[in-house]
Amino acid sequence: MREVLEGSQAVARTVARCRPGVVCAYPISPQTHIVEALSAMARTGELEGCEYVNVESEFSAMSVSIGASAAGSRAYTATASQGLLYMAEAVFNAAGMGLPIVMTVANRAIGAPINIWNDHSDAMALRDAGWLQLYAADNQEAADLHVIAFAAAEELGIPAMVCMDGFVLTHATDVLELATAAEIDAFLPPYAPAQVLDIDHPTTIGTMAGPESFTETKYLQHLRFLDAAGVIEAWSERFREAFGREAGGLAVRYAPDTLDRDREAPPADAGDVVVVAMGSVLGTLQAALPALRREGVPVRLVGLSSFRPFPATALREALGGARDVVVIDRALELGSGGVLTGDVGRALAGTRSRVRSVVAGLGGRPILEASLQDVVRRAHAGELEPLEFLDLKEGGVPVPHHGATEVHR
Amino acid sequence: MTTVHIPFLQTGSLAVGGRLLSEDERSVQSHTDRPSSLTKGHRACQGCAEALAARWVMDTAVEASGGRLIVANATGCLEVFSTLYPESAWKPPWIHSVFANAAAVATGIASSLHAQGKDDIRVLAQGGDGGTVDIGLAAVSGMFERNDDVLYVCYDNQGYMNTGVQRSSATPAAARTATTPAVGRAPGQAWGQGKSMVKIAMAHEIPYVASATPADLRDLEAKVRTAMSIHGARYLHVLVPCPVGWGSESRLSIALARAAVQSGIFPVVEARAGELTDVQRIRERVDVTEYLEPQARFAHLFKPGGEDALARWRAVAEANIRRYHLLGGES
Amino acid sequence: MNGHDAPPTVGLSTGPATSLAYHTGTWRTERPVYVDLAPPCSLGCPSGEDIRGWLGSVQEGEPGLEKAWRRLVAANPLPAVMGRICYHPCQTACNRAEVDEEVGINAVERFLGDTAIERGWALPVPAASSGRRVLVVGSGPAGLSAAYHLHQRGHEVVIREAAAEPGGMLRYGIPAYRLPRDVLAAEIRRIEDTGVRIECGAPVTDLRAAEAEFHAVVLTMGAGVAHHVDIPAGAASHMVDAIDVLRDVAEGNAPLVGRRVAVYGGGNTAMDAARTARRLGASDAVVVYRRTREQMPAHPTELEEAVGEGVRVQWLSTIAAVEGPHLTIERMELDEEGRPHGTGEFEELDADTVMLAVGQDADLTLLEGAADISVEGGVVQVDPATLMTGREGVFAAGDVSPGSRTATYAIGRGARAAAAVDAYLASRVLPAEPVEREATASRLNSWYYSDAPKQHRSALEAARRVTGFEEVLSGLDTEHAVFEARRCMSCGSCFECDNCFGMCPDDAITKLGPGMRYEIDYDYCKGCGICAAECPCGAIDMIPEVR
Repeated sequence: MREVLEGSQAVARTVARCRPGVVCAYPISPQTHIVEALSAMARTGELEGCEYVNVESEFSAMSVSIGASAAGSRAYTATASQGLLYMAEAVFNAAGMGLPIVMTVANRAIGAPINIWNDHSDAMALRDAGWLQLYAADNQEAADLHVIAFAAAEELGIPAMVCMDGFVLTHATDVLELATAAEIDAFLPPYAPAQVLDIDHPTTIGTMAGPESFTETKYLQHLRFLDAAGVIEAWSERFREAFGREAGGLAVRYAPDTLDRDREAPPADAGDVVVVAMGSVLGTLQAALPALRREGVPVRLVGLSSFRPFPATALREALGGARDVVVIDRALELGSGGVLTGDVGRALAGTRSRVRSVVAGLGGRPILEASLQDVVRRAHAGELEPLEFLDLKEGGVPVPHHGATEVHR
Repeated sequence: MTTVHIPFLQTGSLAVGGRLLSEDERSVQSHTDRPSSLTKGHRACQGCAEALAARWVMDTAVEASGGRLIVANATGCLEVFSTLYPESAWKPPWIHSVFANAAAVATGIASSLHAQGKDDIRVLAQGGDGGTVDIGLAAVSGMFERNDDVLYVCYDNQGYMNTGVQRSSATPAAARTATTPAVGRAPGQAWGQGKSMVKIAMAHEIPYVASATPADLRDLEAKVRTAMSIHGARYLHVLVPCPVGWGSESRLSIALARAAVQSGIFPVVEARAGELTDVQRIRERVDVTEYLEPQARFAHLFKPGGEDALARWRAVAEANIRRYHLLGGES
Repeated sequence: MNGHDAPPTVGLSTGPATSLAYHTGTWRTERPVYVDLAPPCSLGCPSGEDIRGWLGSVQEGEPGLEKAWRRLVAANPLPAVMGRICYHPCQTACNRAEVDEEVGINAVERFLGDTAIERGWALPVPAASSGRRVLVVGSGPAGLSAAYHLHQRGHEVVIREAAAEPGGMLRYGIPAYRLPRDVLAAEIRRIEDTGVRIECGAPVTDLRAAEAEFHAVVLTMGAGVAHHVDIPAGAASHMVDAIDVLRDVAEGNAPLVGRRVAVYGGGNTAMDAARTARRLGASDAVVVYRRTREQMPAHPTELEEAVGEGVRVQWLSTIAAVEGPHLTIERMELDEEGRPHGTGEFEELDADTVMLAVGQDADLTLLEGAADISVEGGVVQVDPATLMTGREGVFAAGDVSPGSRTATYAIGRGARAAAAVDAYLASRVLPAEPVEREATASRLNSWYYSDAPKQHRSALEAARRVTGFEEVLSGLDTEHAVFEARRCMSCGSCFECDNCFGMCPDDAITKLGPGMRYEIDYDYCKGCGICAAECPCGAIDMIPEVR
């Protein structure tokens, strides 16, 4: 059934249909609509057999999720920005203990200066927390990714973040088709935790490991993470077969001319300029790039649906040896460049590709189609700097009017 | 108190057991088949009262729940000394997440069990004073405020002992720690207003709040049993002498807890829904020096210049005795 | 290494109680060990009773009473007697006095003794005879004890008693208000029931003949002859020996003593005589004693009870002369060494009868001509370990030999003599009495003992005591006796309170079950010492760990 829905509502309903046992969250913009909707569903009974827990902080939200997951429940939470950082310690901990919690991150900038609008610096800050990070390009994918996230996380014993751009997606209304409860019931295996607190088979979870076993513990977790790409790909494939639409995957290919998502699209050519991006900016690029194609600029688009694990192989295959790679980056490593650029560069190390970083849309700055087109044109002309900031204003930030705060004498 | 009254049998109610007692008069700890939830092979320091109190608390909780108990533990001595991989000294299902979140993890477990329809499985959270009174206070308070079905137990050894004896907000005034050295004009922990976790818990008006010490096993067991008979948020604060952190002889761990109570320094109380319902009366009153002097962290109180601090401690004990009617009389 | 040679993991978890693999016992510098020390009561008991042991059985209540009595009579066959007359040095030594009051051991002993008589419990009868015959001369406490123990060891024993009835000083020296005759008779009969033969009215006059008849002889004639002092006395004076008065009363021939009686002396016999005088109708009984209260040999409770019955004591006084009913009393004073000296100041005292209670001597006529048996200070000299006299096969115990002149000491020495005779008859060396470590009060953790006042034996009203010879002190009932026994702190011996088991932070103590106590698991014990510190009765020592 196609319906007109806000992204947050779509996510909330899909999560509810995944039948979590415990949902625990602390409100923070722009995640609020998701948890509001879930709390309402818990009250009305639409969210059956689920405990909705209101807590006093994101730190406790993640902690409750840890407890719930370890006690044998499918656990879900959502946060953003400062909230993600506030729970950071527990985020790492959940991964270290192998608890397959699913968390929506309504991506938002990190202060200071405080800023409630969208970019990717929150999730990027926790990119090495040991979680899967799946990025939604639009609200349909945002909703669908949660089904895939639960499936993959639970198979792997690795928690998963579903990242969706704050406001741009969470608060945007689209025509969507949600997976029904029955469909999800048929698709998603019942929750069968690998680590569980069971009175009949008691275990100790969360021990200390000394120098003699810490390295090996991490190594074995690394091996598990290496399995993740295949698991995500497999569940995405199953999802496509079951639901008849694309969601998830690793590196997302787009048809050269229509810029429609197309898993059959050929790899780029050596002479192409390939734009690599994650999240909702892919939609902007899908709109902006056809005009360039028509101008004769050999531009191609590759999206990343999975950032963790980073699909280096799938990315290289999609890039097909393209010489010019432009990464539209929504998060910044100060003094270095875009965060995603770093991972792309590492994936392309040893190839002849030149990777350029365009830091765009920080703190909710609109990413204009024209600006993106300009970047691609200049890249094609060989004029794009290794690191550029999209639509950077000259003169920096406005200076406070001198004397405006002076106390009247 | 809800203690079972033991008839006069050589030792009355104060010893752990007694050959003359009937089965149902015996403490959990006196049973040969007690759970020993925290068992041998743990790496607590010699004379660790936290290890002792944790076994007492948990064994009683295990018995009270019919073996249906799950435990969440904060980071701290208790966690470190009991679970160095691949060894664990715990018998019940047990989880440690991080320092500040034991209460919230417990809430998560309780929520999960409720969602699964397993309300007969009980949840106990525990941590030290650092994980409770300091860094974990928000989560504990949140658990209280929501009245989650969790028994939270704080083993208060009055400092960050695991990291080398630094002060916490539960460190008593004038006590020397690694971060409140006994030097300068006001040696040791500053004379602030203190931070009574028991009163904080009472202020939440949760169903049950109590304090206890390893100097009275039966009282402690009775309180755990009472707590386990109630659903909702419950709090038990146990003073646990720490030979290493307090600079006391390992054999004195019980004796110091006793002196803390008998001097009036540590009130042993019980409260329901925010109201004080009972206090343990002082049996043989002792001067505060009986408690303070065997502890090297208070050694400077017994040197020239220490008189003021000693006098202030006497005043603290007096105030407690007055406030809680520890010597009897109206309460 | 970089291969996939191990299974991927989702996080560390481990099984319960896997810590058993880690042996913390290696940390130990001191190790706790359970000890059994001698309690002060037993160390102080001249009869050698295992007081802590039999109190422990009484603690079990009704089911433990007979066991308790059997443990008691293993040392002392006269508990109903001694439960009345013993000055209970055990109680003086009792550590419980530091908590509240000493345990009323003596009352519980009497309770057991009376219960045994009431229920007809019999002493064990030895199965086989050794074929050896032993003569015991005299049937006082030393003789009865020696005979009992000798017979328990399988020897045939005959007691020959000069008097008409057995019991010695128990019968003739101790007034019936302190020791009812039926009680004494019952306990003596019970010894006879085991096979000990008592021949009364059978004085032994020929030691050689006795030696020919028996394989060994134990002399327990006691000291029943009054010691005399020279007091200038007129012909009309009525002076008697206190011991004779007591004997006469015991034989049912109560003498007339008059309204005013003076008793000369400061021992227990003096107290008995004065209290007996009150019962014989004296309205005024005065004890004249030349020293002070602190120096008085009489037991304080005896003095107390005498004073309670209206007996007066005239301290620092001697009787200088007696002329009819008029006594001349000289005031005394103590020198620096505490010895009394006359002051030359005199006063008058009227008395219808003067009873002399200035000591008793042994009747040693039997030993006349026995040069190898030496007598010093009026008593037979013996080897302090074997109690053998200078003559092989002849032993002595009780008041006839050196040492304290109390019934409890006599019973203890009688038992010792029995052991010595037994060793002699078997040509064995008698082992020395073991030196035992005392469980001192400082070892105890008194916190664990609840306050509980001693159940005072309700004394009959003082006024009633002086009207006759009913027993002055009433006994305990079962409930009170058990309660009193449970006041015993079991000094120096584990009584299974579970403190060590419950309070070990390392879970390193195993409880072995009722009566089996505990075992320390040294694989895990870290040697913190809490078990020793919190052991109520001081039954755990911490000793240096030697590796």
